[in-house]
Amino acid sequence: MLLIDCPHCGPRDETEFHYGGQAGIAYPTGDVSDEEWAEYVFMRDNPKGWFRERWFHVHGCRTWFGVERHTVTHEIRKT
Amino acid sequence: MTHPDFLWRNPDPGPSYDVVIVGGGGHGLATAYYLARNHGLTNVAVLERGWLAGGNMARNTTIIRSNYLWDESAAIYEHSLKLWEGLSAELDYDLQFSQRGVLNLAHNLGDVREGRRRVNANRLNGVDAEWLDPDEVRKFCPIINVSARARYPVMGATLQRRGGIAKHDHVAWALARRADAYGIDLIQGCEVTGFEITGNRVTAVETSRGRIAAGKVALAAAGHTSVLAEQAGIRLPLQSHPLQALVSELLEPVLDCVVMSNAVHVYVSQAHKGELVMGAGIDAYNSYGQRGGVHVIEAQMAAALELFPIFSRVRVLRTWAGIVDVSPDASPVIGPTPVDGLYINAGWGTGGFKATPGSGWVYAHTIAEGRPHPLAEPFGLDRFTTGALIDEHGAAAVAH
Repeated sequence: MLLIDCPHCGPRDETEFHYGGQAGIAYPTGDVSDEEWAEYVFMRDNPKGWFRERWFHVHGCRTWFGVERHTVTHEIRKT
Repeated sequence: MTHPDFLWRNPDPGPSYDVVIVGGGGHGLATAYYLARNHGLTNVAVLERGWLAGGNMARNTTIIRSNYLWDESAAIYEHSLKLWEGLSAELDYDLQFSQRGVLNLAHNLGDVREGRRRVNANRLNGVDAEWLDPDEVRKFCPIINVSARARYPVMGATLQRRGGIAKHDHVAWALARRADAYGIDLIQGCEVTGFEITGNRVTAVETSRGRIAAGKVALAAAGHTSVLAEQAGIRLPLQSHPLQALVSELLEPVLDCVVMSNAVHVYVSQAHKGELVMGAGIDAYNSYGQRGGVHVIEAQMAAALELFPIFSRVRVLRTWAGIVDVSPDASPVIGPTPVDGLYINAGWGTGGFKATPGSGWVYAHTIAEGRPHPLAEPFGLDRFTTGALIDEHGAAAVAH
């Protein structure tokens, strides 16, 4: 189980959180092609290593925030 | 660390092959076997980073069924199930394929409606399916608690009698032995580290054991497909997650069918040797760590005890996780990629084992013919642009 450091509530068990996937996905602006729309809706990075992702403290302060987590060691280095 | 080498040779890589398959698990081995059997292609290598069938093939819960909702899925999984039914004889190896029946339980009105709909959809697709009421569930599997006072009462179940389990290791060894007999090189301890692409065509793979020229390259690396594809400059709609499973201590025969429950979420069968084999849902986050959170197992155990109070004193022997590649519509991705000569077979997510022979069959055809097998055609990468998704989330008799 991960120990996730909520910026408001401090370190809490993973079970208090909802996972939000990759961070920093921008909503496309202007006219977008089918390919660009597919990229926005379906394509995400899937690295073996450090990954910027979003978590939601659903059973706490109910805030979305970003962390960097290593997808092999599960180490979290930034909140 | 490798398997004993008496079922297949353990060759060094040759300088070049007509087809190089990346990944020596069930799907890679089945693909190699059918390339030789169905298409006469034997100048083929299967490259495996670790040892043969040591990844997800050794980590799954071995359940086989074809009771999928959508036509495209029912067609490919039923093709696979029909192959399973003749595979032990064909490979001359006892795969311990046991058609003991797969129950999918319903615990609320939504489940009941979904289950009945799926039974009808299955029958229209020529897939055997029955609806059981709670009393019939109790008769079919007496140890399930069908009390109306349960927290999540059993309100019925779908039953696919032709579904069941097989011995995963035997499947891999039998396919490997036959592929080897055709002269296909099964190369263990050989990691692919890059692709040589000339123009827009793949011409070789770079490996930890040197360059290997290839007429065609076929990925079959399950959870690690994204990592490989990235080396070829291809971005895929896949996310890798840990999927946990466990076995109990050995018991006398007590459960002679497969029981799956979507609402409380556990799936359980009893292995031939006597362990209860149980699976859960994926851990939410991306991971390549081959381990997951204890709370997922705890929820799975709670679900199992809700259904089977008789298991309350059974001890857990071993837990593990495989890394599964989940696609946005919970359906596989099979077919060509934007790089000529480079093919993909991925996105099987939580349910690749049951597809092993069917997947190998259609993938071998796709590689040999250079165009998708009709059963694979709906599962191309372009569906994420066209919007023609095959949305099996929840529809496929298990949550993803």
